[in-house]
Amino acid sequence: MNAPAHDEHFSQHVRRYLYVFYALLFGTLITVGASYIPFGNRSVNIGVALFIACGKAFLVAGYFMHLISERKMIYGIMTFTAFFFLGLMFLTVGSFADFPPLTITH
Amino acid sequence: MDIPHVVQPRPDTGLYNAKVGIWLFLASEVMLFGALFSAYILLRVGAPEWPYGWLNVPLGTANTLVLITSSITTVMAWASLKMKQFGRFKIFHAITLSLACVFLGIKSYEYHDKFTHYEIDLKDGRVADGHIVENGKDEIVISGRFAKDRHDLYDLHERKLPPHQEITIPRAQIAEMSSYGPGHNTYTAVYFTLTGLHALHVIGGAIVIGYLWSFGSKMWQTDPERFTNRIEVSGLFWHFVDLIWIFLFPVLYLL
Repeated sequence: MNAPAHDEHFSQHVRRYLYVFYALLFGTLITVGASYIPFGNRSVNIGVALFIACGKAFLVAGYFMHLISERKMIYGIMTFTAFFFLGLMFLTVGSFADFPPLTITH
Repeated sequence: MDIPHVVQPRPDTGLYNAKVGIWLFLASEVMLFGALFSAYILLRVGAPEWPYGWLNVPLGTANTLVLITSSITTVMAWASLKMKQFGRFKIFHAITLSLACVFLGIKSYEYHDKFTHYEIDLKDGRVADGHIVENGKDEIVISGRFAKDRHDLYDLHERKLPPHQEITIPRAQIAEMSSYGPGHNTYTAVYFTLTGLHALHVIGGAIVIGYLWSFGSKMWQTDPERFTNRIEVSGLFWHFVDLIWIFLFPVLYLL
């Protein structure tokens, strides 16, 4: 790639980074705003906040960390990580349904 | 003997060594924070009551915006090097470093606020809650309010408590008092553990960014490509720190 084409290529990247930045700022304000909306059940608020957080995390990992256009090996590493992370969360949530007999629950 | 693929990527993976290294490190970090989030879920679900509204949301929001802004300046610094604009890189990285300091400054203020905030159980059954104004030998002056019992202090959004005022409490009336430090209850323990570990990551990242901005930037003159790779790798770590905060903020401050 010659020098002007190379610079133009990165200028496009910079524009994309700025759009992601604005989206992250907007997402933060939406997260705060949504936390004050009485959905009737606290777990709905938790779900909404985590959904927005996941969207923001996707933007940071996908664009700032370039995961959206990474090499196969990085995807391999992250797939293993995601598998074990989700396994950990599954065990955590699954443990709620596995109380020993006579356990006092709230 | 030179180590291969320090700068140029391996032909089969398309990656240079440090990039594989940082992603493996980040994978281990995901599991570290994952374990702590898992502990948080277990403790929260098992708790009979969970505090709500104990942290300063405007300050937490400000810190979130600070970290997001530092993320964009980090990636801009890297893009500047890719476009051979070293001067712009220096400016963007200086901003990142300043924002890291702002984040830590705000966090320190929040920690100080919690360590000077006391819950005081009185012998008559009432609970006084507020910040210490004067810590005398015979009496304590706080800026705070009385609550019927400690459950009144749990949900500060829903329950209407009287406004803060200066209250003088003779020491003889105090049954027990504890600051809102890590030992106060499960919530503060979780809060200080998660944000403390995150703050250590911010400090570590800031040290690396500071080095690459100052002494380490000499490498740009001798080996610009390798220096650009270093900025990319340090940037990946910094974005990860931002990513963790994206989850910590709603989980601890808003929910």
